[in-house]
Amino acid sequence: MKKKTIPLAITFLTGVIIVVTFFIPHPPFGRLQEDALVWYSVIFGFTMLLGVDSLVRFHATKLRRREKGSWFSTIFFLGLLLSFVTGLISELRFGDAFKVQSSFMYFYNYVLIPLQSTMFALLAFFIASASYRAFRARNLEATLLLITAVIVMLGRVPAGYMLWHKLPPITSWILNVLQLGPMRGIMIGIALGTVAMSLRLILGIERTYLS
Amino acid sequence: MSIWERLGKIDRRIIFLIIGIVVLIPIIFGLKMSVQISPAVQSAYNAINDLKPGSAVMISIDYDAASMPELQPMLIAILRHCFDKNLKVILIDFWPLGLPIGTQGLEQVAKEYKKKYGIDYVNLGYRPGDIAVMLRMGLEIRNVFYGDISGTPLDSLPMMDNIHNYDDIAVVVGLEAGSMGDYWVQYVNARFKQKLILGVTAVMAANAYPYVQSGQIEGLIGGLKGAAEYERLVHHPGFAHVGMASQSWAHVAIVIFIILGNIGFFVERRKGKRL
Repeated sequence: MKKKTIPLAITFLTGVIIVVTFFIPHPPFGRLQEDALVWYSVIFGFTMLLGVDSLVRFHATKLRRREKGSWFSTIFFLGLLLSFVTGLISELRFGDAFKVQSSFMYFYNYVLIPLQSTMFALLAFFIASASYRAFRARNLEATLLLITAVIVMLGRVPAGYMLWHKLPPITSWILNVLQLGPMRGIMIGIALGTVAMSLRLILGIERTYLS
Repeated sequence: MSIWERLGKIDRRIIFLIIGIVVLIPIIFGLKMSVQISPAVQSAYNAINDLKPGSAVMISIDYDAASMPELQPMLIAILRHCFDKNLKVILIDFWPLGLPIGTQGLEQVAKEYKKKYGIDYVNLGYRPGDIAVMLRMGLEIRNVFYGDISGTPLDSLPMMDNIHNYDDIAVVVGLEAGSMGDYWVQYVNARFKQKLILGVTAVMAANAYPYVQSGQIEGLIGGLKGAAEYERLVHHPGFAHVGMASQSWAHVAIVIFIILGNIGFFVERRKGKRL
């Protein structure tokens, strides 16, 4: 019984305090909010450690079981070790790991940046291939989507202006009028959903997070 | 299979190859394309341009290397604008892997304009805590950032003498590749009435447009095109202009592929009806 009652009470109190202090930022509530935010920052910091711990355990298990593709886990450990060692050496040598001449920054600039940029850049190729396959005028709705996509795709780049100078204003109209109404509806819907879910959590109706 | 039917079944490797070529050629030859200024970027530019010299601009680096090609040119262009107008720049970071990128950009432009650290600009570094950090800065920046990126106490930096919270910051510029932009609007603009400008990746721009029309943000710089527009406004065409040529021709290539795909689709459908 206590196993669930105590967390529910903590959730209720924290939720109510945060809501009240947001609308009444004056003493004593303002102070309470400040304290809650400090706790939040501390807990947030620890979640990063938790993340590292979880990743290390996950990959260590994969390596131990010699699962398929476990060499990716070896690369993970190498990356982790390399960034930790270069970071430590740079900190000790330069007093700041972010100094341009440090080994950590060399690792960051010539390994991490190209790898991350490559991963993101691959999107362009997949989007091109997916657009070619998906944008087919199969029915009225698909045709409307196709026409809108082509206009926006061309209107958002200088080549569109070169083709027809009215494409950029038409694109702006699509983005600011046609797109904005439904987008607002979605955002308001999400916000209302968040409020409803928060209330369910605060009032103890939603308890799945305890299991 | 006729040639028309084949148009509907182009091998994806051919698509990849053509996209690769149209992206690479402008980059290799440094081809640049002129861009038209959109109202959202013009508003962002005006919001900074109208500030008095000496006003403080806070720039939040909320991206990492994955979004660097889109957002870094924005950072460089905005920094050039700020230093050209003799504005004070405060750099903060909410993405741990974004800090080195932001620092490099700041140092590069500060050197270009011969600006001095602690007097013209300050780098506060990274702090975990997202919303908590944003809200606490509303009371006192020193409550969150006890020192700058090197640990130097903020009180020993002349520029920070009269800067304590959002009341002392003219504009916050959020360069976003995630959800931090929404937090800036929902918590900092809504609560502290802080003027905001958002620079976001192209895929996020559609989500950020409602904030422009509602007046919650002063301006929006969307994707590489937004960066190229800002570069044009500060009369310093750079990487975004080169990237714009690549993006431009890649979009044209995709549209051509879509047209070819539909030709193949219609031919196949007509043939199916006949049979």
